[in-house]
Amino acid sequence: MRHILSILVENEAGALSRVAGLFSARGYNIETLTVAPTEDATMSRMTIVTTGSDEVVEQITKQLNKLVDVVKVVDLSEGKHIERELMLVKVRASGKDREEMKRTADIFRGRIIDVTDKSYTIELTGTTEKLDAFLEALDRAAILETVRTGVSGIGRGEWVLKA
Amino acid sequence: MELQLPPMTETGETLTGAEVVIRSLVAEGVEHIFGYPGGAVLFIYDALAQQDKLKHILVRHEQGALHAADGYARATGKCGVALVTSGPGVTNAVTGIATAYMDSIPMVIISGQVPTRAIGEDAFQECDTVGITRPCVKHNFLVKDVNDLAVTIKKAFYVATTGRPGPVLVDVPKDVSMHTTRFHYPDKIHMRSYNPVVKGHAGQIKKAVQLLLHAQRPMVYAGGGAILGNASAEVADLVRLLGFPVTNTLMGLGAYPATDKQFVGMLGMHGTFEANMAMQNCDVLIAIGARFDDRVIGNPAHFSEGNPTRKIIHIDVDPSSISKRVKVDVPIVGHVKDVLHDLLALVRGTRERPEPAALAAWWSQIEAWRAKDCLKYNRKSDLIKPQYVVEKLWEITKGDAFITSDVGQHQMWAAQYYKFDKPRRWINSGGLGTMGVGLPYAMGVKLAFPDADVACITGESSIQMCIQELSTCKQYRLPVKVVNLNNRYMGMVRQWQEFFHGNRYSESYMDALPDFVKLAEAYGHVGMRVDKPGDVEGALREAFKLKDRLVFLDIITDQTENVFPMVPGGKGISEMILSEEL
Repeated sequence: MRHILSILVENEAGALSRVAGLFSARGYNIETLTVAPTEDATMSRMTIVTTGSDEVVEQITKQLNKLVDVVKVVDLSEGKHIERELMLVKVRASGKDREEMKRTADIFRGRIIDVTDKSYTIELTGTTEKLDAFLEALDRAAILETVRTGVSGIGRGEWVLKA
Repeated sequence: MELQLPPMTETGETLTGAEVVIRSLVAEGVEHIFGYPGGAVLFIYDALAQQDKLKHILVRHEQGALHAADGYARATGKCGVALVTSGPGVTNAVTGIATAYMDSIPMVIISGQVPTRAIGEDAFQECDTVGITRPCVKHNFLVKDVNDLAVTIKKAFYVATTGRPGPVLVDVPKDVSMHTTRFHYPDKIHMRSYNPVVKGHAGQIKKAVQLLLHAQRPMVYAGGGAILGNASAEVADLVRLLGFPVTNTLMGLGAYPATDKQFVGMLGMHGTFEANMAMQNCDVLIAIGARFDDRVIGNPAHFSEGNPTRKIIHIDVDPSSISKRVKVDVPIVGHVKDVLHDLLALVRGTRERPEPAALAAWWSQIEAWRAKDCLKYNRKSDLIKPQYVVEKLWEITKGDAFITSDVGQHQMWAAQYYKFDKPRRWINSGGLGTMGVGLPYAMGVKLAFPDADVACITGESSIQMCIQELSTCKQYRLPVKVVNLNNRYMGMVRQWQEFFHGNRYSESYMDALPDFVKLAEAYGHVGMRVDKPGDVEGALREAFKLKDRLVFLDIITDQTENVFPMVPGGKGISEMILSEEL
C-alpha cells in the first residue's frame, strides 16, 4: 500500500542522508522525497511516499523515529490529508498542434510559463494521478522534457504537525 | 538542534579544543581511553600528555582500541571511549564500531579529521568519517566550531548511554582542536528530537501480568537488554516468584544464574534441546530485552505458525525491536528494569498464581527434554575435546571469571559449557560476529578489573585477527589467559561445509600456523602447549597461578568436533540436529 510520511527533522547537515540511508540500508522503497526548511528555520520537513505492507510501514515509522535528528514522524495516509505535486513539462507546440496543446493545458488548469516558436513549458500542480493523467492525455512524441517535485502533503482541517 | 542550556559547570577558563576534549571526558567520569595517535589528533594527544586524570591505552591497531573500549563497556556498564586519527584511523575503527552497534554497547569515539578548510579536497588521510560510520553508529557529529565542542561531547555521552545504548562518534577537525574557547561543560542536556521512553505503559503491564498468571506453559526469554539494562535481579525475582522456566540468549548469558534449576540453558541455533523445545511449545512467552533474531528463533514463520496460539509479551526499550520479526500480543516499550519493577509490584500485590498442576506438568515435560542431555560429548577420547577444556576452565575459575571469546565454534562451546551465574561476565560479539574481538575484549576487561580472572577463549583462526594486541598486554601488564582451542580449522566454517557443502572444506583449514608458544614468548609472555587430555587441568591451573603473567595456552583439540545441538539456517528452532553421542 502507498503511504505518505511527513517528517520533521533537525535542519542539520547530514539529516537527509540519515533518512535516505535508512531506506536503502533496510531495503525500503522511496517513490518520492521532498524536503525544505519550515517556518521554523531550525527544522526541515520531508514528505516521503513509500509503499509496503502495514508491517513494513510500521517498521519504517519506528526506524525513522529512532534517528536522533528526526523530531516527528506522521503517516498522513492514516487520516484525511491533501497531497500536491508540481510538474514542469516542456512540450512540442508548433503548427496545428500549438492551439490543441494550449487547450489541453487549460483543461488540466496548467499554466504556460515559457514560450518559444516551437515549444511551451507548462506548469501543473495536483495529485500524482492528475499529473499522470495530463501526461497520458498528451501525444508521447510531443513531450520533450518533464520534471516533477515529488509529493508534498499536509493534514486536513485544523490539525497541525508540530515539534 | 535546539538546546535549553541549564546551569553549567563553568570554569571560565580559555582552553584549546584539544583541552576541551580531555576536560569533557574527565567531566564525564572517564578514566581510561583506548587509542592510537596520528596527524589529525596531535593536539589532542599533546593535551593528553599534559594531564594525569585520563589514562590512555596505546593499542597496536585501531580495531583493537575499539574492541578494548567495547569490552571495557560490556564488563563495567560504563561508556567505553576510543580516540583515533582521521582516514585510516577511522576506517580501521569501523569494524569495532559496527560490532558495538550490533550489540548496543555504549561508546563514544573521538576521531580526528583534516582541518575544516581542507574537508572535501581529498586531503592527506581524509575520509568522510560521518558518512562512512553513519550506518553503524547510533549517532554521529562533525564539529565545525570549537565553541560547539563541549556541548557536542555532552550530547554524545547522553545519546550513547540512554535509551537503547550504542556507539556515538564525534569527528573533530584538526583546526577545531587547535582553536580556543571558553570552556563550559553542561550538567544536563535536552534534545527535542531524542526522548527515550523509560516507564512502561501501566495498562500493558497489567495485561502482561494477567497473561503470566494464567499461563499453563510459560517461558521467560531474557536477552542482552536484560544485561545492558542491569535488570538481572528483576529477571531472577520474576522467574523465582512465579516458578517459571527461563532461557537466556547468547547476549543474555548471566542475566539469570546458569547453575540454577530453573535455567534451561541458552536457546537458539546452538541452544539446548530443552530451551528450544520449551520456546517452541510454550503458551505464554515473555521476552525481556531480546529481539527474536535469526540465530535465536530460526525461521520466524515456523516459530509463529508452529504454535499460533502462543501469546507473546515483549519488553524492550527500542520500539523498533518489537514486532520486527515476530508479531507480539503485548508490546511494552520501556527500560526493562523499570518495566519489570512495575510488573513485579503487580505480581506481588495479588495472591493469584498460575495453576500449580499445569505448571508441574509443564516442568515434567521440560525435565523429559532435559533428560536427553543434549550437551553430552565423548569423554573417553584420546584427543582433547574443546568442551572438556571449557568445563575445566569453569571449575578452576570457580565459575567466577570474566570470559571473553572470539567468534566460531569455541564461542558456542564457551557459551554452552561455562555456566555464567552473573551478568557482564560473558563478553562476546553476538550480533556482528566479529572474529578478533577476544583478546582486545580481555584487555579492556582486565584493565577495569585488574584483580579478577580474565580468560579469552579463542581459536587459532580468530586469535590471529588481532594478535598484535599481545604487545599492548605486555606494555600495560594485562595478565589475561588466552585459551586457544586450536583445531587447525576455521571450525564453524568447516562444520557448515561438512553439513551443507558435501564435506568440501574450501579454504577453511589453517595452514602454516605460527608456533604460538614461541610467539607468546616473543611478545614477552608465557606460552604453553597442551596436546593430551590429561594435561589440560594441570596446565590451566598453572596458568592461573601465574597471576602477573599473560599465559597463552595453545590447546590442540579434536579437529572433527562439531557444535551440537544445531538448528540449520532457515529451519525452525525445534528442528535441531543432535550429537551422535545421543
